[in-house]
Amino acid sequence: MNRWNLIIDVALCENCNNCVLAARDELAGNAYPGYSAPHAAQGPAVIRIERRTRGATPMVDAAYLPRMCNHCDDAPCIRAAGDGSITKRADGIVLIDPQKGKGRRDLVAACPYGAIVWNEQEQLPQTWFFDAHLLDAGAPAPRCVPVCPTQAIEAVKIDDTSMQRRAADEDLRVLEPELGTRPRVWYRNLWRFDQCFIGGSVSTVDGVEDCLEGATVELLQGGKPLDRRATDAFGDFRFDRLAPRSGSYTIRISAGYRARTVEVQLLDESIYLGKLELA
Amino acid sequence: MAQRAGGGGKVRVQRLVLSVILRALSPMINGAARRHPDFRALLARHDALIQIQLRDGSIARHYEVRGGKVRSRAGLAEQPQVVMSFKDVATALAMMSPNADMGIVVHAAKNFKVMVIGPDHLATWWMQTLNAMAKAGLRFGTPMPDGTQRYTNLTNGGPLFVYVRSGRIVRVTPIEYDSHDAPPWTIRARGREFTPRRVGLVAPHALSVKSTTYSPQRVPYPMKRADFDPNGERNPQNRGKSGYVRISWEEAIDIVAGEIRRQKRVHGAGSICIPTSSHHQWGNVGYYLSSLLRFGNLIGFTRMAANPDSWEGWYWGAMHHWGHSQRVGITGNYGTIEDCLQNAEQIVFWSSDPESTYGGYMGFEGTQRRLWAKQLGIEFIHIDPHYNPTAQLFGGRWIPIRPGTDAALAIAIMYVWIKEDLFDHKYVIEHTTGFHEWRAYVMGDEDGVPKTPEWQEAETGVPARDARALARLWAKRKTYLSAGAAGTGFGGAGRGATGAQWARCMVMIMGMQGLGKPGINMGGMMSGTPVDHEFYFPGYADGGISGELQWNGNAVNNYQKMPHVLTVNPVRQLVPRQQFPEAIIQGKAKGYLWDGLAPEIQFAPYEYPMPGYPRIHMIYKYGGSYFSTLTESNRMVEAYRHESIEFVVNQSIWQEGEAQFADVILPACTNLERWDIGEWGSGGGYLQHGFNGVNHRVIVLQHKCIEPLGESKPDYEIFSLVLQRLGLGAMFTEGCSDLDWVKRVFDASDLPAHVSWKKFCRKGYFVVPAEAESMRPPVNFRWFAEGRMKDINEPQPLPSQWAEEFGKGLQTPSGKLEFVPENLKRHDPDNPERPVVNRYRPSWEGPRTPGLAQRFPLQMIATHSRYSFHTHADGKQGTTNDITDHRVAVAGHYFWVARMNDLDARERGILHRDLVKVWNDRGAVVCAADVSPMVARGTVKCFESSSEYVMIEVAGERVEIGGCMSTLTPSRPQSQGTSGMAPNSCLVQVEAWRGAQEFIRARSRQVGDPRAGLA
Repeated sequence: MNRWNLIIDVALCENCNNCVLAARDELAGNAYPGYSAPHAAQGPAVIRIERRTRGATPMVDAAYLPRMCNHCDDAPCIRAAGDGSITKRADGIVLIDPQKGKGRRDLVAACPYGAIVWNEQEQLPQTWFFDAHLLDAGAPAPRCVPVCPTQAIEAVKIDDTSMQRRAADEDLRVLEPELGTRPRVWYRNLWRFDQCFIGGSVSTVDGVEDCLEGATVELLQGGKPLDRRATDAFGDFRFDRLAPRSGSYTIRISAGYRARTVEVQLLDESIYLGKLELA
Repeated sequence: MAQRAGGGGKVRVQRLVLSVILRALSPMINGAARRHPDFRALLARHDALIQIQLRDGSIARHYEVRGGKVRSRAGLAEQPQVVMSFKDVATALAMMSPNADMGIVVHAAKNFKVMVIGPDHLATWWMQTLNAMAKAGLRFGTPMPDGTQRYTNLTNGGPLFVYVRSGRIVRVTPIEYDSHDAPPWTIRARGREFTPRRVGLVAPHALSVKSTTYSPQRVPYPMKRADFDPNGERNPQNRGKSGYVRISWEEAIDIVAGEIRRQKRVHGAGSICIPTSSHHQWGNVGYYLSSLLRFGNLIGFTRMAANPDSWEGWYWGAMHHWGHSQRVGITGNYGTIEDCLQNAEQIVFWSSDPESTYGGYMGFEGTQRRLWAKQLGIEFIHIDPHYNPTAQLFGGRWIPIRPGTDAALAIAIMYVWIKEDLFDHKYVIEHTTGFHEWRAYVMGDEDGVPKTPEWQEAETGVPARDARALARLWAKRKTYLSAGAAGTGFGGAGRGATGAQWARCMVMIMGMQGLGKPGINMGGMMSGTPVDHEFYFPGYADGGISGELQWNGNAVNNYQKMPHVLTVNPVRQLVPRQQFPEAIIQGKAKGYLWDGLAPEIQFAPYEYPMPGYPRIHMIYKYGGSYFSTLTESNRMVEAYRHESIEFVVNQSIWQEGEAQFADVILPACTNLERWDIGEWGSGGGYLQHGFNGVNHRVIVLQHKCIEPLGESKPDYEIFSLVLQRLGLGAMFTEGCSDLDWVKRVFDASDLPAHVSWKKFCRKGYFVVPAEAESMRPPVNFRWFAEGRMKDINEPQPLPSQWAEEFGKGLQTPSGKLEFVPENLKRHDPDNPERPVVNRYRPSWEGPRTPGLAQRFPLQMIATHSRYSFHTHADGKQGTTNDITDHRVAVAGHYFWVARMNDLDARERGILHRDLVKVWNDRGAVVCAADVSPMVARGTVKCFESSSEYVMIEVAGERVEIGGCMSTLTPSRPQSQGTSGMAPNSCLVQVEAWRGAQEFIRARSRQVGDPRAGLA
């Protein structure tokens, strides 16, 4: 049995919001009987994008995380509804019944991902329901897919075993797997959002100050070497995909006979060490 | 004799044919009316007696239209209301032909060979009715399986399918090209092949048009300011205060037409000014350089002379080093996508953020190409006060720089190149002039100050070691320079006090590295795709239906290809756009021309008022607010309320921005509610071949997807109604509806050779086949770098503008790239603010401004918005409001976003999303703070072009809460002797807004009106 999944590449999301706008365009002001009452024209949206910035000026980056209904296979909202006002279709899509769901404001809190939006006018909890009305009419993908300029979003309808394999092969992750909800929305390069880096800029003074290219920088933890890089033309180095709160690290920088070490404690945020002069 | 007899016979036959046609006309009209309800309704609009005749009366037939039916009789009527009179039978036949040659028709009209005499509204209606007959029964759009009708349209952010059910828009989607559309091009580079996606990658604001079309802020019906009486007290001092009452279209048109008459009578030609916004809706017919210009020319008006607001430093500075005046000082881009992918090793994005500014209109068409560049290992570098969305997506070294200091970094880079011998000597010797003089300045031989990386650090905040590393890397790698919004120039750091210095440096930098050699050129993959550049379809600035031959590109092609009656504005008086408030309030202003015809024109000042012309007493505002694209915009409030301004009419789609200052508001509709035609990304005029920023050339019939909402009307129709009151409706329309003009544009282009009108009406778009690989344009500047004749197909410079031999060299006096411009030496030799040798001078408003910099220690830059297009798609309670990088809702009000550095915020006790007051001596705007390390210290980064202007008073303080950052920017020209604007030289202070709590409390009591409880 093939079921729908959504795969989002965090490294390719540029926060253009085309997916957000396309979803609002599709859902606001339009009733799709059996699928959805009209969504609100303004206010909280069923697709939203979160930002995470890392580092310090000038070594920074930003990652964007589009979030929507995860179409969980073990959806807490379905359990909370209890009465069939939220159902899971055979193709994996989770749908809130626009009739039965009336007045069920309590369901908004049932989603641990905050993906359910309350529509005050319709008195309805609402979600991004994978554009099921379009898929059922033969559309190859929901609207967020073709509007994405970087093809960061892919909709795939395959069997669960194949999807699991693909997730393993391509290092896809779901949000908060510890909740056991088994989401059908997968993320590639999620480390850009939830992991940290340690970086710095190595310089040297020989009359004038210069960036030091080609210096060797090693990352060690508890004396054990983890990684090794050469600085670039700006003397920059960066060790990425480190877990937050993963403890203390040693950075050892060397170039010829010159060397220095820096000890850092990695907490919740990435660390840019700034200029590191190699005397 | 035989010949004459034959001629006489021919005339006899022609007379017979004409009589038959005239007799057949009424059954044809009645038949069409029976079959087609729209046509029936048009015919039934008036009862009238019409006569068509030869001037001598020898053939005549009159038509009685009554209750939507026509009866005709031969001969002359006693008292026809409208007479259509042809000089001779040949003219009559040529004009009555179903596929009349418009060259002959227009010639006949211009030379009185045909005249239509009678009440203008009836004459206009009768001509439009005859034209409409031919298109009755045409079918538009494509029926879809779900019962919707799929139409097409075009926006500033790209083309769309528009799906309509029961007269209501259901959804809009990008156009996905089908198997019948022409296939795309493929570029081969470094062993790989790259082919663009088969979908138009539109900008976010394009996807918001349904929401803005159905905006609660639409002007629903004509309105008059409550205490404005055109025959009594006008109360100009109350503009923006007194509220509105609903009036009928009849009354509104009466007032507007009456005022136009009165202005001409009382003050004479030139007392009416028609300020336009920077941009309006898309379409060759409805555009401001088309219908509006035709309208303006027919009433006579003082032109608001625009400054090159998207170019600035390129026009006033860079142009003198390398020419390209007909591109306003930036360069073309031919062949550069292919060259960059094949040969470049690095792209330096300098004040260039194509993921936000889209090369103007191209949406995300360039994004895929930049991703290809990354896949090939081409390195990116970003020099910008903001780690902008382009940097965020693609990564690469960010060099944060203080706004307005870019020229210092550029000069230091050139210092390193000279000092370490890292530039292309041969190129400099063969293809440039003035290098020694420039070198003397850079090295400090001239002024004793070597422009070292250490020297620039104090100005720019860029560590000397980084500047040195950048210079070395640049010299080592084949580098494309993406400067400004288009990559080949445009805006960016060019919109500040030092804008010309920066743009001039960008040209010189490329001059030192061999501009035009493989892999060394201008561009950031934003333009230069291998599309067919010769397929003719005019851009929006190519004249449209204007009939104007000077202030757009009409004379080049459109006027011949689409013959239409010439229109002329008899008023030579100009008023400078940025000094408009002074012109009104003080009654005088001075400006310098923006005219790309030749580099010399900008040196000539002009003054307002011009002898022989009156001051401005009436404002006909059109096309959306310009408060947010002006500078120091609060000046406009006083100007609007000035007693010399007797009448203000605002023809507006939305109740927003400065519409609140009008005496009469005329509700216009959006381009989803009227007919038009256009090509994606095609500006024409100064933006020649601008369509090569997109991957597929797409020409779109902009269907009238729905009926105009409320009582709104198409701009074209409003102009037509006003002019009918002045007897000029037939002159304005040439008997054409907007759809008739669309057909004329279609016929005048290369489209008919590829697609029938009928098919185009249904499908709604046409993809121009890509250029064959063997026919692709050569690389821009390659000819120059190789010392050959120019081999680029752009008709510029003008034949007289080549230094010596036609086709050789650049449009400079020497024909070479000039480090020290001869034009400045000749025409502006002693201007300290624009020195001949491009010396670095700190901004006149910046960190080096004594006194001011201490009080206002932050520099605000307001760049083109990412999620709206100028004021379009912003505000209006539309969907872009909910994008938190665009606006942030606090207590139900959507505040504009001010981005600032985390350390600057911490010093001020400001947290992410706090409401902050951004202010200086010119005003105060409340914004939502966006705090991050992605903004250089000392910088506040906003967008310009908010559509809202909302002044409120809270806690005894007047603040603007609509996001009109232009209220804070200086109105001083970029440098003396220019009319360049410098909005990005703007010192401000930012603090937590102390009125926030009171505002939130008041709002929670009364939701909906931003002024609620605060007044």
